[in-house]
Amino acid sequence: MSVDAPIENLPLRQRFTRGLDAPICLTWELTYACNLACVHCLSSSGRRDPLELTPAETLHVVDELADMRVFYVNIGGGEPMLRPDFFDLLSYAVDHKVGVKFSTNGTRLTAERARRLAGMDYVDVQISIDGALASTNDAVRGEGSFAAARTAMDNLAAADFGQFKISVVVTRENVTQLDQFSTIAESYGAQLRLTRLRPSGRGVDAWDALHPTADQQRMLYHWLLERPDVLTGDSFFHLSALGEPLDGLNLCGAGRLVCLIDPVGDVYACPFVIDDEFLAGSVRQEGGFARVWRQSDLFRSLREPQSAGACASCGSYDACQGGCMAAKFFTGLPLDGPDPECVFGHGEDALAARGSGPAPVAAVGHSKVDRRGVPLPVPTPVRFRTPARA
Amino acid sequence: MTDERAPVPALAFDPDLAWGVHPQVALRDESFGALAYHYGTRRLLFLKSRPLVELVSSLDQYESATAAIVAVVPPEQRPAYRRALARLAASEVIGVR
Ligand code: SF4
Ligand code: SF4
Repeated sequence: MSVDAPIENLPLRQRFTRGLDAPICLTWELTYACNLACVHCLSSSGRRDPLELTPAETLHVVDELADMRVFYVNIGGGEPMLRPDFFDLLSYAVDHKVGVKFSTNGTRLTAERARRLAGMDYVDVQISIDGALASTNDAVRGEGSFAAARTAMDNLAAADFGQFKISVVVTRENVTQLDQFSTIAESYGAQLRLTRLRPSGRGVDAWDALHPTADQQRMLYHWLLERPDVLTGDSFFHLSALGEPLDGLNLCGAGRLVCLIDPVGDVYACPFVIDDEFLAGSVRQEGGFARVWRQSDLFRSLREPQSAGACASCGSYDACQGGCMAAKFFTGLPLDGPDPECVFGHGEDALAARGSGPAPVAAVGHSKVDRRGVPLPVPTPVRFRTPARA
Repeated sequence: MTDERAPVPALAFDPDLAWGVHPQVALRDESFGALAYHYGTRRLLFLKSRPLVELVSSLDQYESATAAIVAVVPPEQRPAYRRALARLAASEVIGVR
């Protein structure tokens, strides 16, 4: 994110943490339905929830976002293209000057749909892969998913869509393939986007085995510093403690700059904290999304000055701010202490001290099978309880 | 959580021309100033003070950027605001009318 005009950076950052009139970065997950079952899925997606927002309700949310002057939304899921009203929503949003950046696994991005997307203004497409080779990718995302993603990329290129994004969650297995990811992106004239693996959703289980090692994180930091054109969604700011800060605002925006609207309309502080503790309200409540964003108790408390806790004595606190709240929460660490991937190893110490303590269990959420692979019956979503609307 | 990138310094800023908010840019007022979003370049920028927002929004009422600065900004602050406009021009938040 770039910052202009003649005032120092710091006061602005402080003002950001007190919250804005509307989010800068709003993620909207349209459905919990997904035809893949990635092991690290942040939203534990799989099955559609019967209470997902109806088409009319989604259009109403767009109206609200347009009123609040939210410039764009990041649409995801689940697999958003599985929603039958996906293109209606897209057209409605861009017609109301709410730009759309959407993430897809590519399986439903046919040649015909690619041409349709190429004809729309203000739409950005992000195709997810988790390996530069089918073997690495399919181990995480499932058999055939790499080929499907490449076909989607070919379709966009053939349709002259322009610059799309290739999105990769960096793991212990694929961090050695960063240059290969760049090569794939270049071959399409696409932009590479790397994001951090957080222990959210099914990622709680996958995180231990898949999060990059300390050495890999240092390598990643230097790799990113040399490539300012690679997008990161500001997600590696805990690495800024290593020295020169990475490009971006370098702060946790949860409830301040960022939030999530989930498929049933619940509003969470960030897409990586789908848990009751970070549930602020529902777009279905009176006053809608705007009221939740501006007035919910949770968001208000997140906008208060936060304690640095065990990070207070760290010389790099200004760069790193103690890292990612979601990563701490789902590894059972105190929210006002070091990130589990603290570059100085304080997170590992804290994890060791925590022992086998009260780390939250992985949410099965809307997964199709439980953690042992046994098929699950009906979805049991965590949900904000509101009186049904008349 | 955002992917916005620093603008590539481009276009020289000529304060004697007539300027205005770029047609593809939307401004949103915030307590610190305003957010600006460019729908073409997909860049998000911050206007970090209320007076800067007022200056930018009033540009189209003057025959030149210099005239707007003289009308709106106290003398000792003019160089800083001229530099701020130059940066906004480079990132196409404002454009020549
Ligand atoms: S909780 Fe983590 S992922 Fe969410 S906004 Fe904060 S730093 Fe980003
Ligand atoms: S001690 Fe805290 S502030 Fe310092 S680098 Fe580690 S996580 Fe960041």
